[in-house]
Amino acid sequence: MTPALAAAGQILLLVLALVLVHRPLGDYIARMLGTRAGQKPDWRVERFLYRLLRIDPRADQKWSTYLTSVLAFSVVSIGLLWLILSAQRVLPYSLGLPGMSPDQGLNTAVSFVTNTNWQSYGGESTLGYFSQAAGLTVQNFLSSAVGIAVFAALVRGFIRKATGRLGNFWVDLTRLTLRLLLPLAVIGAVVLLAGGVIQNLNDPVTVQTLDGGTQTIPGGLVVSQEVIKELGTNGGGFFNANSAHPFENPNAFTNLVEIFLLLVIPFSLPRTFGTMVGNHRQGNVIVAVMGVLWALSLGAVLWAETAHNGVAMQAAGAAMEGKEVRFGIPGSSLFAVSTTLTSTGAVDSMHSSYSGLGGGVLLLNMLLGEIAPGGTGSGMYGMLILAIITVFVGGLMVGRTPTYLGKQIGAVQMKYAAGYLLVTPALVLLGSGIALLIPGTTDTLANPGPHGLSEILYATGSAANNNGSAFAGLSANTPMWNLLLAGCMFAGRFAGIALVLGLAGSLARQGSKPDDAGTLPTGKPLFAGMLFGVVILVAALTYLPALALGPVAEGLS
Amino acid sequence: MVSEESTSTSSGAAGAAGMVAGRQLLIAVRFLLAMTLLLGVLYPAAIFGIGRLLPGRADGSLVADAGGRIVGSSLIGQSFDGPEWFTPRPSAAGDGYDAMASGGSNLGASNDELAAEITRRRADIARVNGVRPEQVPADAVTASGSGLDPDISPAYARLQAPRVAQARGLEVEAVRQLVTEQVTGRPLGILGSERVNVLQLNLALQRLAARDATAG
Repeated sequence: MTPALAAAGQILLLVLALVLVHRPLGDYIARMLGTRAGQKPDWRVERFLYRLLRIDPRADQKWSTYLTSVLAFSVVSIGLLWLILSAQRVLPYSLGLPGMSPDQGLNTAVSFVTNTNWQSYGGESTLGYFSQAAGLTVQNFLSSAVGIAVFAALVRGFIRKATGRLGNFWVDLTRLTLRLLLPLAVIGAVVLLAGGVIQNLNDPVTVQTLDGGTQTIPGGLVVSQEVIKELGTNGGGFFNANSAHPFENPNAFTNLVEIFLLLVIPFSLPRTFGTMVGNHRQGNVIVAVMGVLWALSLGAVLWAETAHNGVAMQAAGAAMEGKEVRFGIPGSSLFAVSTTLTSTGAVDSMHSSYSGLGGGVLLLNMLLGEIAPGGTGSGMYGMLILAIITVFVGGLMVGRTPTYLGKQIGAVQMKYAAGYLLVTPALVLLGSGIALLIPGTTDTLANPGPHGLSEILYATGSAANNNGSAFAGLSANTPMWNLLLAGCMFAGRFAGIALVLGLAGSLARQGSKPDDAGTLPTGKPLFAGMLFGVVILVAALTYLPALALGPVAEGLS
Repeated sequence: MVSEESTSTSSGAAGAAGMVAGRQLLIAVRFLLAMTLLLGVLYPAAIFGIGRLLPGRADGSLVADAGGRIVGSSLIGQSFDGPEWFTPRPSAAGDGYDAMASGGSNLGASNDELAAEITRRRADIARVNGVRPEQVPADAVTASGSGLDPDISPAYARLQAPRVAQARGLEVEAVRQLVTEQVTGRPLGILGSERVNVLQLNLALQRLAARDATAG
């Protein structure tokens, strides 16, 4: 089989698997989120947990209480994780490694709790097995569940009438963890384990190599973290090289499994949405826009990586710098596109070594706001915000008060939606500005001039978008960067969530308005086209000025 | 429907909000501790237990030489110096194949220094193996993302066969045959790329050389 045919087959196999799984999985999630606790049979372990933790599962929360729960849980999570990372030296299985410095510990704690997984450290040289399992693996599950819970609250805003109540955060979190993430993680872990991903508690072992040298080989509880890293669109690697490391991703089969895992929940949630609002077309429109963006991006990167751009790539004859032989260029590109469009931030090849155009597309993917399909939950609520903007713009054109799924999109809703869209650019621009004002920042850059500005923009953009991928060059482990980026990650995540929940509350308080002849049909291809246009327009208007000063200026100089 | 706030409406609005926040914080602490036990201890331990059914893989696919000595992991590339070994790709992990410092070069595709380095590597490999520079495949002159790539392309392995055979006094055809036997196809016929595991190839080479020595 020729390489091109094999690459096409690999992509088709992935798409086929996603098409087959998204319906049953999406409907399963919809049932889990659509039924109230205490009224439908809860799992026995759930009833036990509610009693043990003294949670009233029937309490139906207002949006402000739901938000309080999210914030309380996240602040406590940051605290405990910070404690674990700082106290590493005295914890079991720490491999004798010291605790993280206070600023790096805070940065890492905020990073994993906000589903960003920015890493200013190298895993194998910094963290022991206890910190990775009891600290990071736990937040890999929970930060993902928080994102889906907020999505669920927003959908309830659309389907509930004249109530203002959005469900119970603790019930959502419990169900998403026990019924969705944990079972899928166990299945995925067994598959990856069979593929060769490691799971042991061995100390690093030094061996004499075949030619007489020495090599120290690490161990670790890797597969239990690897699987949820992808499934929960987290992305923080056990090892510095992330999913390029052979112990995280040993062969082309595990590579495809990992790509599938990081796409499967985000691509199933539109189905969940359609099922919950009782109109599958509404979900189909959104999944179509996501799918088209993903396919276009994949096509562009595959083309760029095979077109031999750049002197180094021409000298090598193929884009193999930063890529593994076992994945090849198509397998690496498939992973790169999927990870940057889902806010995962995991990599199986080094994006900074991609061709200029290929790397540019990957950066653009991140700046689109990670909505195609986006992170678990966050991709869907980001896309629904854009759908609301689209409905509003459409309403302005025909001079009618716009409605979406029977809810009026008025001034209040638009303030929340516009506020949501402004959070990230405000943080990117403010964060970059602050970084430039602080003396010493320029010492942490690897390059002068526009490329240095690109490094700063990429770092704050990655943090504020909760993506976590890094642009090589920046020395990110300084107190200034650790604290500034922790601030960007926290504000980017929770200001966005607060606005989404506020929007959900305002929608849930409304009654339902029946569609009439003036209503924009949001379940039709026309709306998909409009939504696609708004996605591109919003990203372009937001970032073009900043991009002009960094990558574009570099390209022109 | 039971309302979470209903019990606290009698106090002032600020006090009520404070009570809600306080109660949520307490639930958060209890919830997080329970989940840390479940997801941070019991779940990794259960997967660890399942891993004991496949100890070879869970422990890192360690491989031994003919004498039974552990010489590395078949998943982790290692350095091979000298013309008598098949050489792996360039590595940016530490000083080269440092498995405690994985990573790539992170150098860009339009980086002039990287281009010069690649050209130099290409000339060196062509000279050592007695081939034309343009015959050297891309994986031979580029560093992988992990710095621990255990594989090379079949083309790069075949290119090295005559030089390795000469250095060891083996038949070129026998070494070429060895390379062909060591080519791993694509999983399911379509995933990833064809590859040759350098450590496995060199172990097979060592066995071939030992057989040749006893026969001769």
